[in-house]
Parts: sequence; C-alpha cells; structure tokens
Amino acid sequence: MANPILQVDHLTKRFGGIGAVYRISFDLQPGEALGIIGPNGSGKTTLVNLITGFVKPTAGRVTFRGREITNLPAYARVELGIARSFQMVRPFYNLPAFKNLIIPLFSPRVGKRVGGKSGNRDEVAMHLLEEVGFERDSQVPYKVASSLPHGYLKRLELARCLALEPELLILDELFSGMSMSEVASVLPLIEKIREQGTTIIMVEHRLRELFRIANRAIVLNFGEKIAEGKPEEVIADEQVRKAYLGSEDA
Amino acid sequence: MFASILVNGLVNSVILILTALGFSLTFGLSRVANFAVGGLYLFAGFAAWIFLRILGLPYAVAILLAIILTGILGAIIYQVLLVRVRGIELSEVIATFAVGVAILETFRWAGFVTYEFNLPSFFKGRLEILGTVIDYQRLIVIGVGLFLAVALWWFTHHTKIGLGLRGIAQDEHTALTLGIESDWAAMLSVAIGSALTAVAAVVILPLGIISINVGYEVLLLAIAVSVLGGLESTVGLVIAGLILGYAQVLTANFLGPQWMLVVYLAAIVTVLAVRPSGLLGRFKEIEERV
Amino acid sequence: MTITFRKERLDRGIKARSADIYALASWRELAYLLAPRMLLIGGVLAFPLLRGLVDAYWLRVMLMACTIALLALSWDLMASVGLVSLGQAMFFGIGGYITGYLSSTLKWPPFITIPIATVAGALLCATLLYPVLRLRGIYFALITLSLPQLFERIIEATKILGGTDGMSGLTPLPDITISLYVIIAVLFATFFGFRRLIDSDYGLVFKGIRDNDRSVIAAGINIYWYKAQAVFIAGLPATFAGAFMTHYNQFVGMSSFAADYSVLPLTSTVVGGIGVFAGALLGAFLLVPISEVLRAYGTLRVVIYCIALVVFVVGRPEGIFRYAQRKYHQFERPVAVEE
Repeated sequence: MANPILQVDHLTKRFGGIGAVYRISFDLQPGEALGIIGPNGSGKTTLVNLITGFVKPTAGRVTFRGREITNLPAYARVELGIARSFQMVRPFYNLPAFKNLIIPLFSPRVGKRVGGKSGNRDEVAMHLLEEVGFERDSQVPYKVASSLPHGYLKRLELARCLALEPELLILDELFSGMSMSEVASVLPLIEKIREQGTTIIMVEHRLRELFRIANRAIVLNFGEKIAEGKPEEVIADEQVRKAYLGSEDA
Repeated sequence: MFASILVNGLVNSVILILTALGFSLTFGLSRVANFAVGGLYLFAGFAAWIFLRILGLPYAVAILLAIILTGILGAIIYQVLLVRVRGIELSEVIATFAVGVAILETFRWAGFVTYEFNLPSFFKGRLEILGTVIDYQRLIVIGVGLFLAVALWWFTHHTKIGLGLRGIAQDEHTALTLGIESDWAAMLSVAIGSALTAVAAVVILPLGIISINVGYEVLLLAIAVSVLGGLESTVGLVIAGLILGYAQVLTANFLGPQWMLVVYLAAIVTVLAVRPSGLLGRFKEIEERV
Repeated sequence: MTITFRKERLDRGIKARSADIYALASWRELAYLLAPRMLLIGGVLAFPLLRGLVDAYWLRVMLMACTIALLALSWDLMASVGLVSLGQAMFFGIGGYITGYLSSTLKWPPFITIPIATVAGALLCATLLYPVLRLRGIYFALITLSLPQLFERIIEATKILGGTDGMSGLTPLPDITISLYVIIAVLFATFFGFRRLIDSDYGLVFKGIRDNDRSVIAAGINIYWYKAQAVFIAGLPATFAGAFMTHYNQFVGMSSFAADYSVLPLTSTVVGGIGVFAGALLGAFLLVPISEVLRAYGTLRVVIYCIALVVFVVGRPEGIFRYAQRKYHQFERPVAVEE
C-alpha cells in the first residue's frame, strides 16, 4: 500500500475534563474519500478542528504526508494543502460574493500561481463561483454576501476551499441546509474533485450523499470511534444503529 | 521588615481588588466594559465630600447617599448611552471612556483640586499586628474588601439573579428564551458595578486626599486587575489583586517606589502576552485562536 | 403648454454604476465631483502662504493639526485590521525619542534622523506589540492604554534618555513654511497611500481579519504576521509625526507619551468617521483649531472633546465625513418639465 496522506494517531481532546474526542486513530490513503458520521455532539467537528489545527489536542499525533503537524498552526496546515469548510458559514458579509474569494487567492499557497494583479484574481474568483453553481451572467456573484441565501453561502464556502487547491479537502456538513436541487448541483462537482485525485474527508448527516462520495466511513459516538469500514456495512452495524437511534430494538 | 511587607502587601492587594470589583462584576455579568470607573470612583468621593462638608449630613448618611447616587449615575449612563451601542465593543469602550474623562475633567475645571478635599477615617486609631502599625481605616478596607469578594462570588454562583445575569453574559439568546430581559439586567449590572466602585471609593479615599489623578489611576488599576484575573472569575480577581499588590510592595521595598508602576504595567503586558484570557479566564479559551 | 419644475438630484447620471464608479458627461459634472475635494486639498496647500496675513500662532496650530491628522490616519489603519488603540502616543513618543537620541548624541541632521526614526520606530513598535496581537477588543485596548505610561515610568525610573528632563537643544527644522510643506506632503502621501492600500487585495485581507479572522486563517493566511505588518505600516506616519515635532520643538521628553496624542487622534477619527481616511483628516482639521479656540477655558475643553466623542459614537457613528458626503450627493436642482 502507498504511504498514507493523513495519519491520525490516538488523537484526544478534553474540554475542562470532558472528553470531546478520545483516542481516535485512522489512516487515509491518497485519493480516498472518508466519511465521518455520528450523532450530534459525538465529536465530529472537534475532530475536524483538531486535524485542521483550529483546536490544540490534549494528546495524540496528526501526520500529513509523513510530516508531523500536530503543533503546526492552522494557517500553515492550509499552506501544506489541507482546506476545510465550516459547518457554521461565516463569510465576509460586507464583501460581494466574488470578493470573498480574493483572500484565499491571495494566500501564500495559491497567491503566486494566480498572479499578482488583482484583476487576475477577480477572474479566477468568478470562474470558481461558476464552478460551484453561481450563475456567471447574473447579479449573484456581485451581491454582498450578507444578502445571499444560505445555500449560496454554503457553496461560497466550498468555493473558498477549492480556491486553495487542496490535496486534502475536509467538508464539515457541507450539505446541511442545502435544498435538494442545490445538493444535486454540487454533488457531481465533489465527485469530480475526488476523481481528480483529491483526498476528501466529509462529515455528513445526509447518508445518501455520503454513500455516493465516500468509499470508507468511521462512526463516532461520545468522542470515540465505534465502527469503521465500508459505508453501507458500517451503517448496518448493530452498535451504530444503537448510537444513532438510541434504542436497542431499532 | 517581613511582617511589614506581609501586612502592607495585603492592604495594597485588597485596595486593588476593591477598586476592580465594580468593573469586573459589570463585565462578568453583562459583557459591558465600563471604562468610566475612574470617573465614577471620584464622583462617589466628591459626592460624599459635598454631602458631608457642604450639606453637613452625618458621615454614614453621606456615604450611603454617595453610593446610591453613583449607582443611579451608572444606570443613567447605561440607559442614555450604552443601550444605543450595545454589543459594539469599540463604541462601548470609547463612550464610557469619554464619560469617565468628562466627569474627571469637569471636577478639575470646577476647582476640586486642593488638599481640603479629603474624607475622614471612619474610626480614629491604630493597631499593632506582627510588629507593624496599621490604622483602623486600613483594617476596614481589608474587611470590606474580603466581605465583598466573598459576597459577590456567592451572588454570582449561588443566587438565582446572579446565575441569571451570568447566563446573559454567556449567551444572550438563550437567556432571552428563559425570560431574562437582557437590557434591564445589563442596566442593573452597570448600576451595581458603579455602586461597588463607589463603595471602594468611600472606603479607600479616607487613606489619602481626593485628587483627580487618582481617577485616572483607578481606571488603569481596575481594568488591569480585572483583565489579569480573567474578567469573569472572582477567584482570579483575588489572585491577580494579591500578585499585583505584593509585587508593588516588594518593588517599593527593594527597588524603590519609582519602579512600582513599571513592574505593575510590565506584569500586565507580560501576563496577557502569555495567557490572553488572563490568569483564570475561561470565556475566551474555547474560541481562542491557536 | 405649461412649464413646471421638478427636482432632480445633482448626481443623477453621474453615479452610474456604484458609489465609487462615476460616469462623467460634462465638465460641470466633473466640477461637481472635484470641487469639494479640491477645496479641501487646496485649502490645506494654500494655508502656509498666508504667513504674512495670519498670526504665526495659527501656523503652529496648522502644524499641530497635521500632526494629529497623521496620528489619526495611523489609528484608522490599525482599526481596519480590528486593532483598537487607546495609545497612539506610544508611536509618537518612540519616534520622538529615537530622533532625539540620534540628534543629541550623534549630532546627525534632521533629514537623516527623521527617516531613521520613522522606520526604526515603526519597526520597534510592531516588534513590541507582536506578542499581544493575539488579543482583541478591550484586551488590546488595555495594553495600548498602558504602554505609553509604561515607557514614561521606565524613563522616569531609569533616568535614561534624559530622564524627567528629556533631551533639549536638538537641531531645529528650517523655517516654518518649509516645515509645514514637508509635513503636508507627508500627510497627503500617507492619506492617498493608505486609501490605495486598503482598496487593494492586500487591504482586503486587513478588513477580512477585522470582520472574521477565522475565515482568514482557514484561507491559509498567518493573521498575526499580517497584523504586525499593519502595525508597522500604520506606525510610520505616527513615528514620523513624533520625530518631526521633536525637531520642530528642539525637545523631546516624557510629554511625548502624553495622553493628548492618544485621545486627540481617536476623537478626530470618531468625529470625522471611522473607516474612511478622509474622515480622520477632516476630524483633525476641525478639532485641533477648535481646541485652540477653547484653550482659554482650561480643562473644560477636554470635557467638550469627551462630549463630542460620546455624541458621535452614540448618536452619529458614521461621522461627519460620511454625513456630509451623503448630504452633498443629495443636492437637488429644479429641472423644467414641459406638459
């Protein structure tokens, strides 16, 4: 087997004595798409925060492409190629949608490739927005972010990640709050990204979407990994059903 | 020598804790940073002086009136100004800072700048502890300071109102759904904080004269001690007060009094650089950027 | 056929696309847009020429206004990354002390010491503030409130750099007209430079950090490094002001860290309007002369400042500049309508 792109080793985080994430380990091969599922409050977002560096772990290690990144600040992990979306979208509300992408395009990771002129960046930003389903010829990309509906903001969040040309893309409940048609338009894009070789981690409640993308899944409950395997098999697991539905006869 | 450091350090620490209690309480309960504490502190002092010397009221009445009046002034500041800029931290800070300076400079302009402006001690006399002479007023300062610190901790942790107010500080929306009216509660917290600052003023001011510069010092001291302690933590406040109080006395003894403020300010800057949420602060830790 | 009149906004047709992209069709429209700008810029440029007509005192007031304006621009740029400073006096004092030291010990001329003090001072301030750039809101405000006083006390306690006496007898600047033009040139350069900077993609990162630092981190940008850059850039005009005034007064002392240099720029920016650099300029050029007129009233003028500060923060947070701009664009003219 090839070298894993991401190794998570006994990762633990306690908030004031309460374990939010407890001794979680898994490896991720390049090009894989991993789904993380679990009931609310099971530590999914904390795990994402630990991998991306937004929260410092109490114990454990994170290794990305053979390099230990456990103590690397969040921005430096982005520079290495880890991009994430936020579950609670918080765009730059005062800026037009396309201007929201200027900041990632300006970052050290992509800044040089896109070119120094601000006009270039505007063009790249428009292209990215088109890719995630903003209508190019409409007024939508020029509208201030605060006036956009939630579904657009979610896609703007995705565009922000794609702007960073990630090698590992972490999507934290990207599809929650999107309409069926919005999901239908974004899903093929993510499949395309996966086929292009980008490694994906997706935290998702919507299992149907998760099944289409992920080839492997882990299940969290109370911060611990309770199952791992093929998505369809994992979800059939007795323990998983119990955790999700909270009753034994489910 | 050792005993005198011990006793004077304690007096110093309690003075710091007392001055900071009002600011800390208001911020802890409603997230309003009341930068007007310096002005309110002197307002209370001068009010007590006017009631006592000009109107000839009994001392106890004068003090009580000064405390109540300062509380009301705090409530007015909230109702007239702060309610309009609630939640905009920058505006809150600038508005209260300006009000505080305006109060102080009005007194200066009105000529409240001579040595006749002082408050008498509550009781004359002194006591000897561990070979160090300490007057009754300082004992009262220690007593009041410790009592208030404990009472406040009790109020915010074990009473219904206190817990409710703290709830607002944590999450305004949730508090609203529980039927706690946040504007009213915030006004109350500013008023109580102001009254506490007034208590500090009337207890501490008899130790010296009432001068305008004391107001500016109090502003810096109060905010610094509260921030250092971690803002919402009474225990942190007490620890910060003790550290800074003893640091000052030690500095004065071994380096010379001119170094007191240097050590003091340097301590604040250093602690915040190392621990941005203060010594015992927890509010910010979860969202702290790493 | 009767002719009636209806009202039409003057800027109708000019503001074709957005608030800052204009479509000009005639010289009159051009004049409409340029007049207020030229009036202000021309007024400032012409003022030093009034030397024979007005008292020399007012030229010094102008110099002070430029100084405060530089500090106000500096404050506003720091605020644009979300750093609210209550201590611009720190920059002013550090610039002053560096130039004072170079001038008094090495006897270098002002045209060497001022640029060195400007750059080295801003660098020093950015380095000193770097550890506390993690702090936000009142925490940062508190630190900046303490720092100028800390420097004052250190100088007092250690008796370095002249101690409480300061350093006097420094090389003076050439005559006041030249001095005024130098500082006006720097002021305009700062103003237009900052405006360009904040509208560029680089400036967008600054504003992004202010509005939502989490997203900027997630975009792979080291926000502390950017904040440090912002402090350095914002520090330049402020340390320059300190260095310049030190040579002008031929003296530097603990008074360079005085609260005036923190409060006046803050008030200017708030009164003029936060977030538009023109507001900071307008505020400084209004407040400093008013404050001179009020000098006779002693500390009451500080009270008046504070009241102005409160009134603007609470009642008109957009500031004078945005208000005036809005009103100017609402001017109407009668247009004949045939019926």
